[in-house]
Parts: sequence; C-alpha cells; structure tokens
Amino acid sequence: MSQDSEIRKYLLSRGNSAIADRGFHWLMVLCALTIFGIVVLIATELVVRSKLAWGKFGFDFFFKAFIDPDTKLPMYWDPVNGHFSALPFLYGTLVSSFLALLLAVPLAIGVAVFLTEMCPRALRGPLAFITELLAAIPSVIYGLWAVFVLVPLLRVHVNPWLSKLLGWTGFFGDDNPTGLGFVAAGVILAIMILPIISSLTREVMTAVPHSQREAVLALGATRWEMIRMGVLRNARIGIVGAIILGLGRALGETMAVTMVIGNSPEIHRSLLENGSSMASVIANEFAEASGDLHLSALMELGLALFIVTIIVNAFARLLVWAVTRGAPSSTH
Amino acid sequence: MRDEYKLKARIRTLSDGAATGLAILSTVLVVAPLVAIFIYLVYKGASSLNLAFFLEVPKPVGETGGGMANAIVGSAILLAVGSLIGVPVGISGGIFLAEFGRGTKLANAVRFTADVLNGVPSIVMGIAVYSLVVVPQGHFSAFSGGVALGIMMIPTVCRTTEEMLLMVPNAVREAALALGVPNWRSVLAITVKTASPGIITGCMLAFARVAGETAPLIFTAFGNVGRNVRLDEPIAALPMQIWVYAMSPYDDWHRLAWAGSLVLIVLIVLAVSLVRYVTSRGVLKGAS
Repeated sequence: MSQDSEIRKYLLSRGNSAIADRGFHWLMVLCALTIFGIVVLIATELVVRSKLAWGKFGFDFFFKAFIDPDTKLPMYWDPVNGHFSALPFLYGTLVSSFLALLLAVPLAIGVAVFLTEMCPRALRGPLAFITELLAAIPSVIYGLWAVFVLVPLLRVHVNPWLSKLLGWTGFFGDDNPTGLGFVAAGVILAIMILPIISSLTREVMTAVPHSQREAVLALGATRWEMIRMGVLRNARIGIVGAIILGLGRALGETMAVTMVIGNSPEIHRSLLENGSSMASVIANEFAEASGDLHLSALMELGLALFIVTIIVNAFARLLVWAVTRGAPSSTH
Repeated sequence: MRDEYKLKARIRTLSDGAATGLAILSTVLVVAPLVAIFIYLVYKGASSLNLAFFLEVPKPVGETGGGMANAIVGSAILLAVGSLIGVPVGISGGIFLAEFGRGTKLANAVRFTADVLNGVPSIVMGIAVYSLVVVPQGHFSAFSGGVALGIMMIPTVCRTTEEMLLMVPNAVREAALALGVPNWRSVLAITVKTASPGIITGCMLAFARVAGETAPLIFTAFGNVGRNVRLDEPIAALPMQIWVYAMSPYDDWHRLAWAGSLVLIVLIVLAVSLVRYVTSRGVLKGAS
C-alpha cells in the first residue's frame, strides 16, 4: 500500500467507519420500530387487563344490559352489584360525536372554501393562524370555558328555546335544568374538531390542480360554480377523509366532554339530558375503581375506544393520502 | 328567450353571492368562539393572577388564597421527563424515515403507524401507561406521567423531523459524502444540523401539545396538593389542577383555575407563535 495518497492515509487513520455507520443505521431503525412497539404494548396491556370483564360478559358487554327483576328497568352500570354494560357510553360517545360533526362540518368546509378561494391574501395568514390556535388550546381549557360560559348560555337562552320549538320530536325534552348534557358536549366538541377538519380540507383543496379551476372559469362559470365543480368535486374524497379524522378526534376527546356531558350512565332519547361517554367514564371512575371487575370493565371500554379510533384514523389517513399523494405539496 | 337568459344569469350571480356570504359567515362563526375564549380567559385570569399564584401551594378547603406553585413545578418536571423520552426517539425515527428508509415498505409502515398513533385518544394512553408502569411500580408517580407524555410526543416529533429533513437538498449530503465523511457524521453534523431550526420547531409543537394534556396524567401522575420534586411520587400538573379546581364548588378555586388556564394558554400561544414565525420565515430557504 505504498501508493496510498495523503488523503487516503488520513482517512484510514481515522478508523473504519463501516461499523459505526451500520450501528447508527440500526439505532435509527430501532427507534423507528419503537413506534410499532408502542402500539403493540398498548394493545397487549389493554387486552390482558380487560380479560376479566371479557370472560364474564363477552359480547354482551356491548349489546345487552342487566334488567333489574324488580323494577324491570335496565341497570347499565352498577359497580356495587357488579353489572357492567358499555351501552350507555357507546350511545353517549356516538351521539355527542355525530352532533359535533353535524355542527362542525358545514362550518369547516365554509372556512376552508373562504381561506383557499375567496380570502384576500392579507387576511389568509392571520386567519389560518387563528384556526391553528384553536387546535392548540388544551382540552381542559375548552372544558373550563364550556362549564362557566357555554353551559349557562345554553341553560338560559338556547335549551328552553330548543325544547319549545322542537320539543314535540322528543329529542329536546325540558326536564334537565342543569344545561349539561349531549348538546353541550356536542357544541364544545364541534369547536374542538373544527380546526383539524378545516385545515385538512384546505390541504386537499390546494392539492387540486389550478388547471381545473381555470378550465371551469374559462367556460364562463361564476366563482361559486368554479368552487363547486372544479374544486369540491375533485377534493371530495379527501374532504371525507378529513371529516372521518375529525370524527376520530371527537370519539376520543376526554376532558371537555367529561366536564359538560353530565356523567350519568343512562340512555335518554332527549339530547338535553345528562349522559356519559366512553372516555368520560374512564376519566371519572378509573382512579377510584371499586374492584377488579370494575377496573377490567373500564379497561375493556378503553380497548374498544383504542380499536375504534385506530380503524377510523387508518381509514381517514388512507383517504387523505389517496388525494394528496403526487400533488404539489405547497402552492406556488 | 333573452329574458330567460337574463333570469338564469341573475340566479347564478345570486347563488354566487350567497355562497360567498355563507363562507364569510362560517369564518366569522369559527373565529368568534376563539375570540370569546381568549377575552374571557384574559378577563377572568388576569384579575386573579398575583405573585402568590406562582409562589404558594394550594390552601386547604375553605381558606382563600394560595397558588399553584406545586403544579407549575410539577408540569415542568413531567414535561422534562416526557421530552427526554420523546424527543430523542422521535428525532431518530424521523432520521430513519428521511435518510435510510426513503421509499421502503418499512418506512411507509412506520409513517402510517405514527399518523395513526397520533390519533389514539390520550385517555387510552393514560390507562395503558397505568398498567405498564404504575401497576408494576405499585403506586402513582411523576415518572409514569412523564412516560405517558413522552410516548405521546414521539409521533409528532418523528413526522416533523422527517418533513424537515426531506427539505434539505441532496447536494448538501453529496458534498459531505464526497469529502469522505462517514455517513453517520454526515447525517448528524450536516443534514440534521441544516434542518435543526425546523426540527426544534417540531419538538416545540409536540411540547406545546402535551403541555395541556390532562387525561393521560390522571392515572399516572395523579396529582399532589403539596410540593414534590421526586420522580417516584405522585406529582401535581397545571392542566390537572385546573380540572380539579374547575369541577369544585368553591369560587376561590374557580378563580385559581382561570388564572392557571391563562398561564397555560400564554405558554402554548407563545410556543405556537414561535413555531409559526420560524416556519413562515423559511429558515431552510437559505439552504435550498
């Protein structure tokens, strides 16, 4: 090796970097794999700890309730006598989430349309920043605001009006004087999931190629017709993905819902009644669970929530990816 | 015939105007609650914020005054533990996605899992960490709370790190490798360093997100009415204290909850604004 150049000698003197390189590579792979590890660990822990309730109730946990032989009334959640059923919590979670979607989706799409297609350039930045800020406010602060501002507002002004106007449907009874309940939970959830739906909708809308807009405008369409035919129609799959992602958020939202839903494990037709959601019952009862079966039942609720949110999120991500893949990542 | 065209044109213009109006209205409706929350927070929080809030621990029920010093210190400790776990693992995962696994099936799977993990409810993280750490340990502890927060930071940090690294031009990597720099040094000293403002931004974002988390702490850090700096004992946290005080029937505790929320939101808004400033300035633009 006498013909080695100075540079090569210098490099050789610094040792062989192949081992270091490989070691670094595998360290990085290991860290990336921890993400799988976390999901697997969460799943196994939840499965193991919920075995007791699963063994006792099986699928009935999600579909049936214990009927009290004396009063003929269903006992959904009775830690003292050991009767557990997830029904009222499934109901509460679904009702509050869909109420939230009903309120949030039109608003979120409206905001996204305004920001991407209509807004003057000077306003776009600040408004986008404000919607981002909405996403950054912690759940507990939304809850605090809801307890002291939103709930009194609903109690005094909105709920009596709702039950007077729509009471005949049976969905808006007037026998809950607290102002808490499904409607309060739905409204605060709507405010909380708005930012994620609107920012993702904006993302898929900006991914629609400009030539589509120009083509529709060239045919003499008005701006709204351009948005409807050129943009929304092309972005619809991505928008559905954004909505499902918002649903995933709403299903698992804990603190704000716990603070305003009223926390009673019952099923009511009236949306103004107190209810309880899967996340809220875990937050309320887990720390002082009265026994192994109670704890295990709460764990099973957590497992159900985990599986449902994973499915919902995976589905939504696939939809959003299908639309934004291959599109320009930013507008020029 | 002409009248028919005129009528149609009118309807079209009107519906265009109506759509524009609706879009503006919905934007106003979205901005309104944010403004309402902020005004109310500042109004309620500022009037009850004083020096005692930062220096004293909560007073027993019935006595007025006191502060949240224990919760502020507790949040700081929990976030430090969380960052120690979440930031290195997240950044390394991001390096793998951007530098080693580009386009491979494994990288796509990791990316997808990270996105899905991001959507798992924080309360589920809480009970999972409870059974992973608290049950074997036998008691609630600050450490378990930190683990819960750290796990929640990983997906966010990982994905933003990847995005920032992808913005670093390939010429920079090639230049380093052409000089005979080993790959691991090229990644750490050249690529990661070039993207570091963006990566720090991503970490701040994850930090701001978990700073306000309450649900994963209820069964891990548990809360503590006294001062505690030990990792193996229950510890208070600002968001958890706000929750407990908000649900209490005492006016004085409500006052403290508002003050605590104001402190928390100011910290988070500062972090998010900083992030916004750094990303909009395009710190990476100079490199590309």
